[in-house]
Amino acid sequence: MAFESLGEKLKSVFNKLTGRGLLSESDVKDAMRQVRMALLEADVNFKVAKEFVAKVSERCVGAEVMKSLTPGQQVIKIVNEELTALMGSTNARLETASKPPTVIVLCGLQGAGKTTFAGKLARMLKKGGRNPLLAACDLARPAAVEQLKVVGGQVDVPVFTGTGDPVSVAKAARTEAENKHFDTLIVDTAGRLHVDEMLMGEITDICTAVSPTEVLLVADAMTGQDAVNIADAFSKAAPLTGVVLTKMDGDTRGGAALSMKAVTQKPIKFVSVGEKLDQIEVFHPDRMAQRILGMGDIMTLIEKAQQQFDQEKAQEMEAKLRKAEFTLDDYLEQMDQIKEMGGFGEIAGILPQLKGVKMDADDSVIKRTEAIIRSMTPQERHRPEIINSSRRRRIARGSGTQVSDVNRLINDFNTMKKTIKQITRTFGSNKRRFKMPF
Amino acid sequence: MKGIEKTRNSLWSRMAGLFTRSLDEDFFEALEESLILADVGVNTALEMVEELRAVTKQKKITSPELAREALAEIAEEKLGSVQPDFSGPCLILVVGVNGAGKTTTIARLSQRFKMQGRKVMMVAGDTFRAAASEQLGQWAQRTEAQFVRGSEGSDPAAVIFDGINAARARQCDIVLCDTAGRLHSRKNLMEELKKIHSVAAKGFIGKVLTMLVLDATMGLNGLEQARVFDEAIKIDGITLTKLDGTAKGGVVLAVSDQLGIPVWFCGVGEKEDDLQPFDANAYAHTLFK
Repeated sequence: MAFESLGEKLKSVFNKLTGRGLLSESDVKDAMRQVRMALLEADVNFKVAKEFVAKVSERCVGAEVMKSLTPGQQVIKIVNEELTALMGSTNARLETASKPPTVIVLCGLQGAGKTTFAGKLARMLKKGGRNPLLAACDLARPAAVEQLKVVGGQVDVPVFTGTGDPVSVAKAARTEAENKHFDTLIVDTAGRLHVDEMLMGEITDICTAVSPTEVLLVADAMTGQDAVNIADAFSKAAPLTGVVLTKMDGDTRGGAALSMKAVTQKPIKFVSVGEKLDQIEVFHPDRMAQRILGMGDIMTLIEKAQQQFDQEKAQEMEAKLRKAEFTLDDYLEQMDQIKEMGGFGEIAGILPQLKGVKMDADDSVIKRTEAIIRSMTPQERHRPEIINSSRRRRIARGSGTQVSDVNRLINDFNTMKKTIKQITRTFGSNKRRFKMPF
Repeated sequence: MKGIEKTRNSLWSRMAGLFTRSLDEDFFEALEESLILADVGVNTALEMVEELRAVTKQKKITSPELAREALAEIAEEKLGSVQPDFSGPCLILVVGVNGAGKTTTIARLSQRFKMQGRKVMMVAGDTFRAAASEQLGQWAQRTEAQFVRGSEGSDPAAVIFDGINAARARQCDIVLCDTAGRLHSRKNLMEELKKIHSVAAKGFIGKVLTMLVLDATMGLNGLEQARVFDEAIKIDGITLTKLDGTAKGGVVLAVSDQLGIPVWFCGVGEKEDDLQPFDANAYAHTLFK
């Protein structure tokens, strides 16, 4: 996940601050210099980093911090607020046109991920009850139209294609959307370099032809210092309304996310975090700031859990937990659900508190756990207490693990069961509805 | 070097003002800033400035003109210069993150080798992305290269194995293997790449080279990409794409300096023949002269 190294560096700067009772001006100055370096190394735009640090320093040196009893905490709070402001204070929703169709034009450099994002957006809108149409206006790259067709097929959204020039295809797509009552039209355009004047003119023409409600700049989250020039050129050529950051799963930096809003003055609307078509998130600046600072992003995790989990199943599980009838089968099911959420790795990206644990290893733990439980008989899964040493040996052989692994699993399970009993006793008595931890 | 002019123009416009003033503390600080702005990376930028400081002191350089010369030399040294050797039967495994420009680069390489009278085989090892094989297939047609592909979702290593066999049967002496774009942070995909590489290395009679395609608009991230790919399968050379778009490409300095991987080619335009051999001397001197 992005921001890992930036977060870590900031944390080490703050650790030095929070340990102290009083902060002198030079302490703050020193810390801010390190913050600036950390930002630059994370590919945050030079000017943006400079301004950011200036703003934070000003507030830090002011009365706000110096009089505080916990000045270190105060500094973190200010950095958090300024980071949020840097990325846009509120999360921006997708606008809809008063008279359908809502036209969304996607533009950006080659290889930014426009076509994949078009598919993800179409899928998301469709899930939200909209009726989108995709328009393949990338006539430059070989097989780009086929790619969109395949992607469209995967998300079950029709794709409009045509030949000739992209402007007339876009126009025809709009007419098609109007005639066939699609409420949203997503226009995928060819990648273009921001220094190519002719192609930049084409994007202007496409926008004039289809009068879009949203023009989104699709940008690679790994873009370096050049992000400024790219954003600048595109906002001159087209009436940009927002930015989409792709490949956010790529790296530990992601400075573009921090610079984009400041440079374009346009909000970041979505982030795209993987190769699968459901890996798209609405961008929340406040949550992202918290993620960077290592405070964790509980909201996203809860939303993710809600998306993945079957309500009925959750209730069933809750009932079982209340009666303390939790079995190894249920344990297995929970493991499956964690896997569906993208495994421990993805969850750890959202909750930096888990960082200490080796996450790659943990996903293999899930697999091993699964293997062990699947090697048990239904009876054993239901009543683990009957598993004696000979059964343990058999299970270990069956799952290709060691007896010690089996022992550990059973111990873990028992501890978990005990904890659950305690929790249900506390929460169950006052009839408060308690949420599953995952 | 064509195309780098723009790189120079933008980098230079900031630096131009620099080399007119006296070489004081402010000068070095401003130089450091411009280098960071060019995506050279904090570490390499600091190093270069330190070296320049030392050189100017040692040689008692006071004229900005000579300082500029010295800086160009430092940059050239960091870039190094290793010319790739594609003689004899040769397989090039082309790798990189999503959207770096792997497929386009292969098309351009194919064009280049064809002009040199070599017989080229293209292998569509990207079985993941929708219509990736079609894209490469169209390029193969345009550049009159042989072409082997698998079905979508099939094992890329198997497709490359087939490609190697087909290359032998059709007597191609250059095999260009495309691979699916993979983010360097995806561990399982990097493992897959290791497997592809070992299959290629075992199956092919002749040189097996690995080439990383780097997007020049990428920031320091490019350095991290190069590091991780190099760890997985030793990278022999780099092709820098979209160089005309960016005002920068400074990240090559960081990559060559810190990882010692040479740059072989740079892509500068939209046409098939817009791929140029990288010339460290010319690059360094266009940047700073």
